Formats: sequence, structure tokens, C-alpha cells
Amino acid sequence: MISANLAAIFYLVSGILFILALRGLSSPDTSRQGNYFGIAGMIIAIVVTFLSVGNFSTSLVYVIIFLVIGGVIGAFIAFKIPMTAMPELVAGFHSLVGLAAVFVAIAAFLNPSAFNLGNVGNIKLASLIEMSIGAAVGAITFSGSIIAFLKLRGIMSGAPITFSGQHILNLLLGIGIFVLIFYLCKTQSTNIFWTVIIISFLVGVLLIIPIGGADMPVVISMLNSYSGWAAAGIGFTLENTALIITGALVGSSGAILSYIMCKAMNRSFVSVILGGFGADNSNDDKKEKKDQKPVKSGNAEDAAFLMKNASSVIIVPGYGMAVAQAQHALREMVDKLKKNDIKVTYAIHPVAGRMPGHMNVLLAEANVPYDEVFELEDINNDFANSDVAFVIGANDVTNPVAKTDPKSPIFGMPVLDVEKCKSVLFVKRSLSPGYAGIDNELFYKDNTLMLFADAKKMTEDIVKNLD
Amino acid sequence: MEIDPFIFRLSIFILSIFIGYYVVWSVTPSLHTPLMSVTNAISSVIIVGAIIAALAGTSESIFNTSSIFGFMAIILAAINIFGGFLVTQRMLQMYKKKKHKKK
Repeated sequence: MISANLAAIFYLVSGILFILALRGLSSPDTSRQGNYFGIAGMIIAIVVTFLSVGNFSTSLVYVIIFLVIGGVIGAFIAFKIPMTAMPELVAGFHSLVGLAAVFVAIAAFLNPSAFNLGNVGNIKLASLIEMSIGAAVGAITFSGSIIAFLKLRGIMSGAPITFSGQHILNLLLGIGIFVLIFYLCKTQSTNIFWTVIIISFLVGVLLIIPIGGADMPVVISMLNSYSGWAAAGIGFTLENTALIITGALVGSSGAILSYIMCKAMNRSFVSVILGGFGADNSNDDKKEKKDQKPVKSGNAEDAAFLMKNASSVIIVPGYGMAVAQAQHALREMVDKLKKNDIKVTYAIHPVAGRMPGHMNVLLAEANVPYDEVFELEDINNDFANSDVAFVIGANDVTNPVAKTDPKSPIFGMPVLDVEKCKSVLFVKRSLSPGYAGIDNELFYKDNTLMLFADAKKMTEDIVKNLD
Repeated sequence: MEIDPFIFRLSIFILSIFIGYYVVWSVTPSLHTPLMSVTNAISSVIIVGAIIAALAGTSESIFNTSSIFGFMAIILAAINIFGGFLVTQRMLQMYKKKKHKKK
């Protein structure tokens, strides 16, 4: 049994270790060390909690049993999950944080004396507000992440679900939550507490269903942020420094990531939240006209020939590469090219894939050294001096329309200047538009050669032809 | 007049948001996915609340309504802690620099 003051100091230490864990991620070299700091912080927090409660009865045995059960499940998932499924995994983890926050809030509401918050029916006002906010945000995080998970996993269609009056309904429910919390403080009624949680679950679902597949990087970052704010809310309730610090860190981390993602799409956060992007393809007439334009298509042999005679190649990966699991074949292709003294680099758009940094992880998995992989602003000028751009599974992020047509929905979005390359190889299954629902002008350029096939199969064929 | 301890916690909270702001901006974009998985893991420090709730039962009634929610939260948070840190570790192991031996 340790004193509350000593415990608070240890919680502060674990909060600082969490800050160092994030700090480590500023470079891949220091990142592994950072992760150990994070683990150390967690161990300190858990051990100090055991010591400060000081209840070493049979309850402790059960706590450890449940801890081990969860740990085994978590470790099993961590080792089994394929890297291409990272977005779903992260969404799934967010939902667990959210639900855990809800459960802790419920536990605190039902047994406030265990947390020194007063007695049932007479909970301290500040604590009651904090725990109901923590529970509400946690519930929104939980149900929102479940919807994001289903969409990313493909169980639910990625298409936005919209209906009239949707935003007004969300607004009313949001206001409703605040009104109910106000009455909860006045009456301390258990029923109102449950109602707040149920409405929050509903809000989480309604908030995410109108957001389409292409906006998933923003959604995941946003839910990341929410899970942090939920943790901070509970941290205030429990008067726990480690939890408050962590909540603030995670909350601002998710908010910054959402901001970066929105900026990379040139869309305001509000328009992403309101959703419906890519839902209507009303400009059909325009599409038909374009379809009649000639498209040059080639096969693996042509592609291999072009690349063999190039002196520099830039690879532009996108979500299609992840779907086709083409990263390993791609790496094989690059190895062959390098043997012929061809300079190969990778260009990554911030929103390529379904979550921030998605492409980087897949390339790292395929043993691509991270110093060959460049972000948009670092590599965009190199396209003009390169011979071949190999676009594999990316689409909207290469569309020159974003620079030329002010009427286009993606106008103003920073794009990779692939068309400036001497030739462009575009691996794609068909001419269908990308998630933004618009045609890519790049398909019809004279220097573009379309390679219609599955990304993995095409890359493997090119590898064969490079010999 | 004495300052309410809530103000101190609020101060910690606000300052931590600022720390988070500067620390996260310095994270390299190629590590944004590990950033998300590790933030997941650390936000599961919410497990401290779950442990307090679970240990609140007496030896006669280990499982009451409140502690059951605590136990459930322990499982959820533990999945996240182990899963989050381990998957982050797995990802970070893959980030390698170019081998300069060949040249």
C-alpha cells in the first residue's frame, strides 16, 4: 500500500514516459526505443494502481486472470494480423478504448465510493459531469469505430449513406446529450445516465455512415482523437495524472493527423464530417465523352521494355497495391531494375491508402529501405527529370485535373505531378474512376501507357519480362 | 482562498495538449501508422480505472454490478495494451535503412 501522493508521482512518471514514446517516433532509428518507454510507462501505471488500492484478496487473482486473457487475445491479434489490414485493426482498437471508457464510467457511476467520488445518488457534481462526458465520447468512439471497421473490412459498403435531415438529427441528438447531462446533474438519475450512453452510441453510428471510403484516413484519425478525449474525461473523473496526460496527447495527435489528412485532400474538416463525398456521379455526359477518347494500353512486355531503358523510375503506390497485396512483387521488380543501375524511388501521397502512413508500412514490410521512400513535397519536383512513373493502385492523387479544372471536386488538392515524367505506366484494373468518382485525365495523355490487370499479377509479369 | 485541485488537473491537461501538439508535429509522416497504433496502446492506460473498479468488490462478493464492468474493461484495455504495443513493435522492426554495402 502506497500513499496517494507517491502514487500520483508515479503516474506523472508514466505520463512522461508516454510523451517520450511519441517523441521517439520522430525518426525510425529512435522509434523502437520510444516504444519501450511506452511499455515501461504502462507497467508502472498498472503496478502503482495495484499497490495504491492495496486489496490483495481473491479479487486480485481475478484481475490478473482477466488481464492475462485480454493480453493473450491482444498478442495473438498483433502477431497474426497482415500488414494490409492495419486500418481495420486500428479502427477496431479505437472501438475497444471507447468501450473501455464507457465501462469504467459506468463502474464509477454505480460504485462512486470506490473512486472517492461520493456516494450513490450523491456523486460530486464535477465528477458526474466528467464521467458523463467521458462516457458519451467513449460511446461515440466505440460505435463510430465499429462502423469504420465494417467499412474498411468491406463487410459494409464504403459508399456514403445519407438521408435528408441527417445533419439536423445529429445536431438535435448532440444537443439532447448536453440537456440530459444537465438533468443528470440535477437528479442523479441512473436512467438518464443510461440514456446518455445509448444516444451517444447512436450518434457515433450516424456520424460515420455518411462518410465515404476515400475519407477513411480522416475518419480513423478523428476517432483516434476522440478515444484520447474520452480517456482524458475519465482521467479527470479518476483524478489520475497519467490518464489526463495520455488523453491530451492522444487527443491532439488524432486532431493533428485529421488536419494533415484534410489538407492533403484540400477539404475542410467540416465537409468531411458532413460526408456524402463521392456519392453522386451526376456528370455522366462528361464521362461518356471522355470514354471515347483514345487510351493507349500495353502489356507487361511493353512496361518491362520501357523501364529497362530508363535511367530513373519513380513508383507511386496507392490503395490498389494494398488490396492486391502487390508490395512484395513490387519490391522484386525494383530489385531487378536496380541491378540494371536504374535509380528507383517511391513517391507517397499523404492520403494514399486508408490511413495515415499506410503505404509506408506496406513498403517497409516488403523490405523497402525507408530512405528510398519520399513524401509528396520532397519528390514532386523530381518527376520532370525522371523517365518513368510507375503508378500502382493510386488514382485520384495523380489526377492533373486537381491543378487545371476549378470545377472538379478535387480542385486544389495537392497531387503528384506524374504527368511530367517522360512516360507514365498506370497499373489499373479498368478505366473506372477512383473514389472521388471523377475521371482521371492522366489516362488519356500521350505519354501514358495503361496496364490493365490486377496490380500483383501485372507486377509479377513485368518481373518475368525483365530477365 | 484555496485553489480547487481541479484547476491543477486542468493545467496539466492543457499543457499536455501543447506538448502533444509539438511532439506529434515532429513525428515523421512515414511513421504515422505506428503513431496511431501506439497512441491506441497508451490510451488504454484507462485500465487503471478498470482495475480500481474491479478491486472494489469485497471477498464475499467479488462480482457486483460495478466490478463486473471493471472486469470487462480490463479485458478490453488489456487487448489494446498488448495488441497495440506488440503490433507497433512489429511494424517498427520492419523500418530499415538502405544497406550501403553494395556500393
